Amino acid sequence: MSRRSLAGFAILLLLACALPFMVSEYRSFQFTLVLVYAIALLGLNILTGYNGQISLGHGAFYAIGAYCAAILMDKYGVPYWATIPVAGAVCLAAGFLFGLPALRLEGLYLALATFALGVSLPQLLKYHHLEEWTGGVQGITIQKPDAPAFFAEFGLALDQDQWLYLFTLAVAVVMFVLGWNLLRGRIGRAMVAIRDNHVAAEAMGVNNALIKSLAFGVSAMYTGIAGALGAIAVQFVAPDSFNFFLSITLLVGIVIGGLASIPGALYGALFIQFVPNIADEISKAAPWAIFGLFLIGFVYLMPAGVAGAVRMAVARLGRKRQNT
Amino acid sequence: MIEATASGALLRVLNVGVRFGGIVALDDVSFDVPSGSIVGLIGPNGAGKTTLFNCLSRLYQCGSGDIVFDGSSLLSVPRHRVAVIGIGRTFQNLALFRTMTVLENIMVGRHCRTHSGFFVNALRLPAVAREEHATHDSARALLRLLDLESLAGTRVAELPLGTQKRVELARALASEPKLLLLDEPASGLNHEEVGALGKLICDIRERLALTVLLVEHHMSLVMSISDRVVALNFGRKIAEGTPAEVQQHPELLQAYLGSTG
Ligand SMILES: Nc1ncnc2c1ncn2[C@@H]1O[C@H](COP(=O)(O)OP(=O)(O)OP(=O)(O)O)[C@@H](O)[C@H]1O
Ligand SMILES: [Mg+2]
Repeated sequence: MSRRSLAGFAILLLLACALPFMVSEYRSFQFTLVLVYAIALLGLNILTGYNGQISLGHGAFYAIGAYCAAILMDKYGVPYWATIPVAGAVCLAAGFLFGLPALRLEGLYLALATFALGVSLPQLLKYHHLEEWTGGVQGITIQKPDAPAFFAEFGLALDQDQWLYLFTLAVAVVMFVLGWNLLRGRIGRAMVAIRDNHVAAEAMGVNNALIKSLAFGVSAMYTGIAGALGAIAVQFVAPDSFNFFLSITLLVGIVIGGLASIPGALYGALFIQFVPNIADEISKAAPWAIFGLFLIGFVYLMPAGVAGAVRMAVARLGRKRQNT
Repeated sequence: MIEATASGALLRVLNVGVRFGGIVALDDVSFDVPSGSIVGLIGPNGAGKTTLFNCLSRLYQCGSGDIVFDGSSLLSVPRHRVAVIGIGRTFQNLALFRTMTVLENIMVGRHCRTHSGFFVNALRLPAVAREEHATHDSARALLRLLDLESLAGTRVAELPLGTQKRVELARALASEPKLLLLDEPASGLNHEEVGALGKLICDIRERLALTVLLVEHHMSLVMSISDRVVALNFGRKIAEGTPAEVQQHPELLQAYLGSTG
């Protein structure tokens, strides 16, 4: 990475750290959700954008991650931060196992199989034999964590929303760095190779079955970690918060943000967090119609997603600078 | 003569048969590819040349017969291991990774010679960074060898056909094959380019100690660079020998005159 882009990232990170001290508590909460979605979208992008496997059911992995966190905190008194790796591990396994039979499916057939997963999971969560853990239709309410005491000792009094934002930011940064490493190296190239031409990929020695199912696992892990963070932020999980609409929203996020783009996950997260709110403010009567207009507008103006448009703008700026 | 080549054969195709429903694509085909040689595989359209390549890549299952590579049967080797054991190939209808750059395509060619997995890649451990550097360097060396240096960062989809074919060749070479399978590398090239390609194939054979199996319709190219030629028609082997011998073969002349005019 060039020195200039490294400096750019450092500034961006500083701004991100400063954000909760400059906006209201509610906004901090909203930006926490942006980070949560960004992690989930990066996960889905690894699978769909980079590896070419379409998922219409990633809401299910988000739900599994959320319930992991909620059950561990509520029933077993596990501290909130310790639920994150557990949710990640559970979803990694779940995604890998789902990815194995999915190897036989391609394109729309895979979309249908993941759709089945997405619509069936909320119902499983209501299943009365599991009620003891899941809380059935009622769901589970969890406590919002306080900032660790040592911040106060250093004279930095963080409220809960500020702290949760910073905690989520730290997790997001780690997940993005890991994702970037994975995608820029040998494994990332193999994933894209499978997407572009799976016959040639295999002829180059890529073990398609292994890479595809592991990509499924890693993707689910990201989304599950996001689910756990989301549950902690919202302080509540219930089956109906993870309906099929969530899966579609995630897919909208990666397409709008930019397929096969790491920053695209962040752009997509901003879109799915704020555009519905904006639409709601414009028209209380028909917010989804307004949302639809936004969606069409974005797709029309930025066919390669926001990330594609940004890339083009940067390239144009660079050329201009060279010319003058 | 036959005994001598058999013992030094890198590849042995033994009575291979392949059917697609009612079509017999390969019928009891046998021949050897001696180590270090260039063997031309010719025949009219639909003769079964690509089918044979696909058997060697394990894309197609042989209905009968056996294929022995480097002393052991290929038929128990899974598809993704074919490159590791030393068989590299190009495709008749280009199979590049279209969204990637020239350099990235060639780097994927190194996949079978590198080992780092998901976990260490995500952490980008020092060993991964070293491996990545080595991959990068050998891909660069191939770019130089095939005169593609100035195009390293260009997306392959933007390149003309002839250049894309060179990229595919570079990608195949990146896997350090013992046996290189070339499926119509000269198609779509102009007269000069075909001449240059012939030189290039001979050159890389020398330099990289390769054995080459070459499918080609360009007779002048095949006959000028091949040590031996095998001719197929309707899935059967109709002639085999040195270029001079095969050119005289009556059945071959008839096959070409009869089917392609
Ligand atoms: N996957 C397949 N399914 C059905 N038939 C096939 C398949 N692959 C090849 N064939 C048939 O097998 C026969 C041999 O085809 P092949 O592609 O091997 O010919 P070829 O010698 O490579 O011809 P060309 O010079 O045109 O490339 C043809 O009749 C073809 O239609
Ligand atoms: Mg062919």
